[in-house]
Amino acid sequence: MLHRKLLVAAAAVALTIGAGPVAAKKMYGPGVTDTEIKIGNINPYSGPASAYGAIGKGIAAYFKMVNDNGGVNGRKIDFISLDDGYSPPKAVEAARELVEKDQALLIFQSLGTPSNTAIHKYMNAKKVPQLFVATGAGKWNDPKHFHWTMGWQPSYPGEAEIYAAWLLKNKPNAKVGILYQNDDYGKDYLDGFLKGLGAKAKTMVVAKESYEVTDPTVDSQIIKLKDSGADTFFNITTPKFAAQAIRKAYDSGWKPLQFLNNVSSAIGSVLKPAGFEQSTGVITTVYQMDYSDPQFKDDPAMKAWDAWMDKYMPGADKTNGNYIFAYNVAYTMVQVLKQAGDDLTRANVMKQAANLKNVKVPLLLPGITVDTSPTDYAPIQCEQLAKFDGKEWHRFGDVICPK
Amino acid sequence: MDARSNAKSRELAALASGAKLSRSQLVGLALALLAAFALPWFISDYRNFQFTLAISYAMAVLGLNILVGYNGQFSLGHAAFYAIGAYTAAIMMEQGGFSYYWTIPVAGLVCLVAGFLFGLPALRLEGLYLALATFALSVATPQMLKYDAISPWTGGVQGVSITKPDPPFGLPISQDQWLYLFSLAVMLVLFVCAWNMLRGRTGRALKAIRDNPIAASAMGVDTALYKSLTFGVSALYTGIAGALGAIAIQFVAPDTFNFFLSIAFLVGVVIGGLASIPGAVFGGLVIVFIPNFAEQVSKAAPWAIYGAVLILFMYFMPAGIWGFIRMLYAWFTRKRGGESDSRAR
Amino acid sequence: MDLFLQQTFDGLAFGGIYACVALAVVMIYQATDHLNFAQGEMAMFSTYIAFTLLHHGVPYWWAFLLTMAISFIGGVLVERIIVRPVEGTSVLNEVIVFIGLLAIFNSLAGWIWDYTIKPFPSPFPDKAPFGITFIGPHDFGVIGVTLMVLAAVFLFFRFTPVGLAMRAAAQNPDSARLVGIRVGWMLALGWGLAAAIGSVAGMMVAPIVFLEPNMMMGILLYGFAGALLGGISNPVGAVAGGFMVGVLENWVGTYVPFVGSQLKLTVALVLIVTVLVFRPSGLFGHVVVRRV
Repeated sequence: MLHRKLLVAAAAVALTIGAGPVAAKKMYGPGVTDTEIKIGNINPYSGPASAYGAIGKGIAAYFKMVNDNGGVNGRKIDFISLDDGYSPPKAVEAARELVEKDQALLIFQSLGTPSNTAIHKYMNAKKVPQLFVATGAGKWNDPKHFHWTMGWQPSYPGEAEIYAAWLLKNKPNAKVGILYQNDDYGKDYLDGFLKGLGAKAKTMVVAKESYEVTDPTVDSQIIKLKDSGADTFFNITTPKFAAQAIRKAYDSGWKPLQFLNNVSSAIGSVLKPAGFEQSTGVITTVYQMDYSDPQFKDDPAMKAWDAWMDKYMPGADKTNGNYIFAYNVAYTMVQVLKQAGDDLTRANVMKQAANLKNVKVPLLLPGITVDTSPTDYAPIQCEQLAKFDGKEWHRFGDVICPK
Repeated sequence: MDARSNAKSRELAALASGAKLSRSQLVGLALALLAAFALPWFISDYRNFQFTLAISYAMAVLGLNILVGYNGQFSLGHAAFYAIGAYTAAIMMEQGGFSYYWTIPVAGLVCLVAGFLFGLPALRLEGLYLALATFALSVATPQMLKYDAISPWTGGVQGVSITKPDPPFGLPISQDQWLYLFSLAVMLVLFVCAWNMLRGRTGRALKAIRDNPIAASAMGVDTALYKSLTFGVSALYTGIAGALGAIAIQFVAPDTFNFFLSIAFLVGVVIGGLASIPGAVFGGLVIVFIPNFAEQVSKAAPWAIYGAVLILFMYFMPAGIWGFIRMLYAWFTRKRGGESDSRAR
Repeated sequence: MDLFLQQTFDGLAFGGIYACVALAVVMIYQATDHLNFAQGEMAMFSTYIAFTLLHHGVPYWWAFLLTMAISFIGGVLVERIIVRPVEGTSVLNEVIVFIGLLAIFNSLAGWIWDYTIKPFPSPFPDKAPFGITFIGPHDFGVIGVTLMVLAAVFLFFRFTPVGLAMRAAAQNPDSARLVGIRVGWMLALGWGLAAAIGSVAGMMVAPIVFLEPNMMMGILLYGFAGALLGGISNPVGAVAGGFMVGVLENWVGTYVPFVGSQLKLTVALVLIVTVLVFRPSGLFGHVVVRRV
């Protein structure tokens, strides 16, 4: 602590003595030296949500590539990723270890709504950036009360509103059956969808069924939804249950119009196991490219990603959409660090994170960019509807940016 | 379990539970206490927080140990009582506006009642069946906490955030130091109570029920009452632990209190030392620090390391850490010619 | 009525899975007098072995048999090498070792095969026989396989000397030793057979729920519940218990008001525990009379 104060004081003195507003002045927050930037991260490498551990591994591999290419402005990224097993108490412990013991400059991509909620107050009280958290809850876009916390991906409620708007316009007499995971993520989608339907929600939504992550299947719920007479199905589920639901709906002869949340829109790890025939006609929203989608096969960004995977994540499953996500979000982080230049204080990092203008992240879809401002902490807001034609996601309509 | 292994395990358990304290043991205890109270000034706030968590888990482990170690009833569901304690604290503080210290006795009482009530039907269940019933309890807990009808109080799936208490009387210490000391004091009170209860008549009755229920009831022990009361007391300890844990973490959410937490408590009981009060302290430390160790060894497969560590503990310290310490102690005193010791017995 | 039939048959279909897991539970209980918490994870791991074999082009039924054999050997080795040192110390010590095994298998599977879900093929034809439509062809096959395994287990314990010796070794090791039974190897044999049955359960369940490292965690609870509800000492009871749990859960979720899907497991478990309170040795188990 003392060291840091001295350093800041020294830097301040240097600044006043020095010749005015020269950008080359070095200002360092904790965890930063001339050769290194310490970035903390919290991910579930163990426990029930360990599937998401792939994101942490992907980010580490991306930073390794950045370091191999000389780092960010000559500084290597020291990426310290801790395991919280998707448990809030462990997340608090990990966050405090990163901030107090390891003296990380910031915490990046901490995963899961419960874990991030648990450290939300702490990070803001300590004034440490909690950047680009890996959850789509709506509450991360609240710069007024939580200046130090920012999300990254499109918010769940916003996405659900897109489906609602589409339904109101194209199928106003739909009878909707909803399957959702009984936790914060499922409820966020559900609430956004109901809000989007507004007054018509009462008449349009004919059945709501929930499941727990510990449930072996969702078969029974699907049978109930089918029996409710619904002709439209909103599938708010994580990959395993999404694949089960799509297949069971097909097998039971239920042929509704299906909306599938973006969380489970990966072709290789959801639609392929569920069956291409079974998945045909499903509608989702997309904002990033999908490795299994043939339309991106020759995209230069996708080829670069492919080469990166071969070199830095040999043997990893390329159909796992989490690696695309990791690549994109790590790119955004590096962009913030580049913008911050030599002023690597926590305040400036946060300022730069809130000053991303029209940033084109390689594997985001055309027309979708990362934009933030001091009053807008939602880096990716826009998404596009897409329909699965049995082989690839066929995007349709405009890029939509819900507020 | 057959008779032979029964006898063997009792031997181990006897080794792990001290009845009377000798002078050197008292000195050791005093030194340990002194160290525990001095600790916060020598470590960072972050470590203080970790040790506060360990204290919270130690109390939960003691609660479970009273049930499993002393009374021979099996529970895979103590996360439920930990959850009730945690939610009691969260709701009282954030919605009732109570001070954090009021939540401790209330959480204890609520859990005493809950545990006693759960203990009543559990009376008819033994061994595997009790394991299933408590297993069911811990699987059902997160679902019940999320239930829509009670979400105005519990916050439903979102959980409740708690404000961290400041040290009283303007003491010049940090919040973390204060919370550590407060938790330590609560733990000491609870541990002394447990020690008093377990070394006397009650303790003998509990052990008699554990070792031979039929003989115990023939000798006039009210088996049913004792067993359900034990469940209640065990839940009381775990509930208070939950309240302290919630205050330290500043957040409660339903999925925290899952089956794996119950398992962690059980691991703490066995690795700390079955049927021993000091063992619970080691149990609490084990719950906090073994996963951290596992993660440092391997990020790729932390659970594999965790599992391997558990198995190694069982190979080399079958009576838990406290049992191991006692064994070393016994070996050491014997070597020094502990004849006076054996005569005293 | 249509809904009722569908929920019932769906419950039966999944009950077949629970029954199969329950059989593995009974097997290990008969052979070792314990419940093995790592059983589900071992079955999951076996299924990944089958997946790898299939991936390398081994025909389904060969892969099926090979997986059973590998699982059998694996089970024997786990008992001989890992569980052996704590056998006879105390139940709790063994439980901790089981928990350790659970963590190890789960973590290793994720490490080796990744956490993305994998489709696993069903060996059964696309259409159920006799034009049955309420129940899928795979579900039908699962029930058939479960009944076959049940028959094998039943015959094994009832009519073979090894089965008898195994039960003796589990229930009274000292006396068993006196009559010349090699108790240690009986335990290992029990672990091997339970692992083999578990692998069958895993290969039957994977086509329905998709293969991933946490596949069996939820299912094992139902298997335990089924085994205990039916009677842990009775394979026929355990299978019946498995089917009952499957159907019961669906009925509760569909018909009990205010419960819905949110609390269906909770209510089902409460019902099961209530049954056990009144029939402490399960619906089909026999009462054990204990000596003082």
